Order: sequence, then C-alpha cells, then structure tokens
Amino acid sequence: MEITKTMTSAMDRETAAAKTAFISGNKAWGDRLFRWLTLGFSASILLILLIMAFEMIKESLPAIRKFGWGFTIGKDWDPVQEQFGALPFLYGSVVSSILAILMATPLSVGTALFITDIAPKKLGGAVSSLVELLAAIPSVIYGLWGVLVMAPWLQKTVQPFLIDHFGFIPLFQGAPYGVSMLAAIFILMIMIVPIITSITKEVLTAVPTAQKEAAYALGATRWEMLRVALLPYARSGILGAVILGLGRAIGETMAVTMVIGNTPQIALSLLAPGYTMPSVIANEFAETTSKLHASVLMEIGLILLVVTLIINIMARLLIWSVTRGNSGRSA
Amino acid sequence: MFKKIAAIAAAGLLSLASLASAETLINGAGATFPYPLYSKWFSEYAKIDKSVKFNYQSIGSGGGIKQITAQTVDFGASDKFLSDSELQGAPGKLLHIPTVMGAVVVTYNLPGVPSGLKLSSEDVADIFLGRITKWNDPKIANDNPGVKIPNKPIVVVHRSDGSGTTSIFTDYLTSVNQEWAKKVGKGPSVKWPVGLGGKGNEGVAGQVKNTQFSIGYVELAYAVENKLPYAFLKNKDGKFVEPTIKSISAAASGAAKRMPADYRISLVNQPGKDTYPVVGFTWLLVYEQQKDKVKGQKLVEFLNWSLYKGQKLAGPLLYAPLPANVAKMVDKTIKGIKY
Repeated sequence: MEITKTMTSAMDRETAAAKTAFISGNKAWGDRLFRWLTLGFSASILLILLIMAFEMIKESLPAIRKFGWGFTIGKDWDPVQEQFGALPFLYGSVVSSILAILMATPLSVGTALFITDIAPKKLGGAVSSLVELLAAIPSVIYGLWGVLVMAPWLQKTVQPFLIDHFGFIPLFQGAPYGVSMLAAIFILMIMIVPIITSITKEVLTAVPTAQKEAAYALGATRWEMLRVALLPYARSGILGAVILGLGRAIGETMAVTMVIGNTPQIALSLLAPGYTMPSVIANEFAETTSKLHASVLMEIGLILLVVTLIINIMARLLIWSVTRGNSGRSA
Repeated sequence: MFKKIAAIAAAGLLSLASLASAETLINGAGATFPYPLYSKWFSEYAKIDKSVKFNYQSIGSGGGIKQITAQTVDFGASDKFLSDSELQGAPGKLLHIPTVMGAVVVTYNLPGVPSGLKLSSEDVADIFLGRITKWNDPKIANDNPGVKIPNKPIVVVHRSDGSGTTSIFTDYLTSVNQEWAKKVGKGPSVKWPVGLGGKGNEGVAGQVKNTQFSIGYVELAYAVENKLPYAFLKNKDGKFVEPTIKSISAAASGAAKRMPADYRISLVNQPGKDTYPVVGFTWLLVYEQQKDKVKGQKLVEFLNWSLYKGQKLAGPLLYAPLPANVAKMVDKTIKGIKY
C-alpha cells in the first residue's frame, strides 16, 4: 500500500514536470492540438453510434407504429401479406449463440491451457499460431465449408446417429437435412474457438510465475496448480474472452445464413432448420417488397443492436462482480 | 529539374482530363438475374463504341427501382415490373424495355431418375404447399408411367434470399393454384408453407444435391451449367414441355397478342403447345425524356444494339431472346425516347 502511494506521487511529479516542459516551449501548441485531436477521434465513435441508432430508429418507426411491442413476440413472417413478427429470429440468434458459446468455452480454455502450461514450448507455439490462423479466415469461407463439407457430414453421419440413439429426446427428433440449428451452432463454435483461445492464452501468459510457483511450493500437483492458482487469477480475463466470442457469434451473418436452413420457426429440435436476425436482414433487405418490409428489417437490426448492448452490459456486470469477489478474497 | 517534373505532371493531368471528357460514363443498377448477360453486353459494346462506358451494379431489382426513381443512375434493371403507384412515384415517365427472358426450372434429387420427370402445375403447387408429401403419390406416379418412383417423403427446398427467381416461380404457382394464391401469393420473398431455405441458386442447388428425395427450383442457366436434373412441366395446353431457349421464347410470342404497350405483363402459364410455363421478362428501366443529351443518345444507341446484335449473345448464356413480333414493338418504344 505504502509503496503504491509513493509510486503514484512520483509519477505525478514526473507528469507535472513534463507538462511545464511542454508549456514553456513551442511544443505546447502541438500538445494541445493532439489533445483535441484525440478527443475528436473518441467523440466521433460515440457520434457514429448515436447517428446509427437515430437512423435505425427513424427508419423502423413505421414498423414500430404498426406492430408495437407485439412485434417482438409475433411468430408470423409473411412479406406478401405484410404480417411480421421477430420472435423466430430472436430465438434463433439467442439459442444458436448461447449453445455455441457453451460448447466453445471448455474447448478454448482447454486449448489455451495446453498451449501455455502443458505442451512443450515448440509444440505450444505451433498450436498457437495455427489457432491464430483460424481466426483470420473470412466467415464466408467458413460458410462455404459448412454448406459443402460439414452439412453433408452432419446429414449422413451425425444426425442419423443422434436420431437413432437419442431420438427419444425432443432435441434430436425429426429428419436429417444437414442444414439445421445444429449446423449453425457447430459453425459458430468453430468460428469463435480461435478468438476465445487466443485471448485466454494471453490472459494465462500474464499470470505471474510467482503465483504458480507458490502453488507448486505448497505441494500442489499440476492440476491443483491450474485449479487453485492459474484459473482463479485469470477468471475475469477468460470471461471477457467468452463475452467477445458471444458478441461475434450473435452478429455472425454469412456463415450462419448458409447453414441454418433459413426457416422462420421455433422448433425445439436442434435438427430442424431455424433463422437468425442477421440472416433475415442479409437475405431480404436487397429485395424488399414494400416500405413496411424494409422498415421491419430495420427494426430487426435495432433489436439486434439492443440485444448486443444488453449482452455487453451483462458481461461488464459479470466481470465487475467476479473481479470484486476476487480482490475481496485475496485481501 | 523541378520545373521539368511539374511540366510532365501537368501534361499527364491534361491528357487524363481529355480522356475523361471523350468518354461518356453511363451508370446503371438493378437485377442480378440478367447480370451475366448484361456484363457480356457491356464488354462487347465497349469494343464497338469506345466513347461510352457502361457501369452496372447488380444490387437487386428492388435496389434498381429505388435508384432509378431517385435518379441516381441513368438506367435501372428489374425482374419485376413496377406497380402503378411506383410509376407515379417516379419524377418522369419511366419506360420498361424488355431485354430477354429467363426461365425457372424445378430440379430434384431422385436416385435413378434423370432429367425429364413429368410434373403437372397442380402437383408442383401441391408439393410446395405441403399437400403432396410422398414421391409415389398417385398424382405424380400417374404422369410418369414406367419411371421407378420411390415411396419416400419429399424434402422441399426454396430460396431464402429475396430474388427475381422466387418472384417468377411464385407468380407461376399463384396463377395455377387457387390455394397458393390465397395462402401465399407472389413476391421476391414469401411465407413458405414447407421446406428449407437455401441462400442463392447455389444454396438451393447444393441442398438438393446433398439431400436425397428433395425438390427445389433454380434458374435454367444455373441448372444446365451444373448439370442438375430438371422436370418437364405441363403447360396451359396440357403438354409436358422441356425448358429450352425455344420453349421460353414461345411464352413471349404466345403473349404477344395481348402485350400491353408498356410491356408490364407476366409471362407465366402462357398458351401455346410448345410453351414452357415458368418464364419471365427482365426489363431495363429508362426515362422517356432523357435529361442529358449525350448520355441519352448513347443509351438509345446501346438499346438498339442490344435489341438486334445483343440478342444473339443471349442464347449461349441460356437467356431466351425476344421473339420477332415483340422485338418489333420494342424497336418502336426505343425510338420514342427523347433527348
């Protein structure tokens, strides 16, 4: 505690000295300019968000006026009769991203642990660069692979197996079409694993060696060290990585559109086709039949924005509560 | 040294400027369906008239209508004709210039059954309505004596993205089936009673290829290029017809007698014993009164070229050329454009 105080005061003195040095010379101008410039940059981001939100609300007003809150629970989607409801898309987006994140998280954290703490250094490096390579593949490539390779494989191998052995569970009932909610979940999982893995890896690398060695010194096995020393320390960082993955999953458009089957329905079975919010916008926006149709798609975009915001806020709260709990325990 | 560089740069700029003034740029936007043909046309036309350059963005028919109505482009392109209220919303008189015709075919995956499965229009509608659910339904089997049709459930595949292909196909189903007309209707996106949605022609074709006992619909050109089997459909005169350039063109000549002066006509289910029933025009949208004299003249010259020389390029790309009696009408319409 005492040390930090002296450190901050020393830093204060340093900055103060730097400030006087700047003000005394011609450089003060440049300094001020830079300050305003960076302020402008950060303000512009806020401005873009506000303009976007304003524009989307304006464009979706006709739809909001026509359908009101009922839009979010409506199940009908009929562009010809102009009957619109967003629930199947909302459901598809939320279910596919959450199930994808549930499957991706253990996989990613395990991979990251392997890279940082278990694998020999060379092997870990190789795996790590392979994972980063995966993160750089454009989503349309994942989509193509999904529809040409993964969907047929699901259709011929995985789904018949699930139907035969787990068909008594409603989740795995129906005919094997290949494209389905399950395919969307798989493709999302594959897409977000690299992101979560590489961030988790960075977080784990940042854990001080002293922390780990202390655990070993107390006679912990490697597993106990991971559980007691490493993971609790990295908890908030890993959570952040997971949230980032969730953000990508819920906004992913191209790859999901190509494998989900694009049927606006709420089916309990994962083998049935579904639909997501970004997919319906991508599918129908270029050829909208009426002003109301375009407006309704804008409102779906607005809902997507709100859902993303809610997820982000929840994530902040979660990380905040976890880190607070953490520091409270260590103190 | 410095002067020299400046002089060279100035000369370069001058020559660039003169180049730009010699070349007229004509912008267009709209339908994706005729895009392969239009881009062929523009590149061929560039060889004939070097003073004009066409720039076409295939953003979809809806986008094309919006852009030409807002006058941000010099011509629009669409697979559907504008409604009366849409025409009134335009700042000037918009002309529909039909360029070629396209067809939509019904493709399927039935092991051992190549192209040529015979389907009546009522059966196609019933399949897409979910009324006929098995391949060996007597309605299908009776039209196909001697063909081994399995006792399997039908998997329906349709387009998920809004498209002119869906427009033509649902227009056809609407005209042949009362229930379809009442329950679903026609448009680039509709509420499908059954089936899976694939994105684009490739999405539907891929799904059909991968799924045994499935049925879907794609553009003729796409089906032929990818060697997909397609059905022979029963036309208004009760004949089963293979989709070919000839049977597509026949749809327009069958409709020629009733062709309205503004060409706003649906070509599905037209009379004639050789007529394929799922056919549609694709149009260019231009203002009758052109604002820019030079651009207007160049555009008319191009339209004339497309009506005669251009039509010959359509066949190899599997678009059907306009039949002679319709081409004659279009010729007059193009002459009416003022600039």
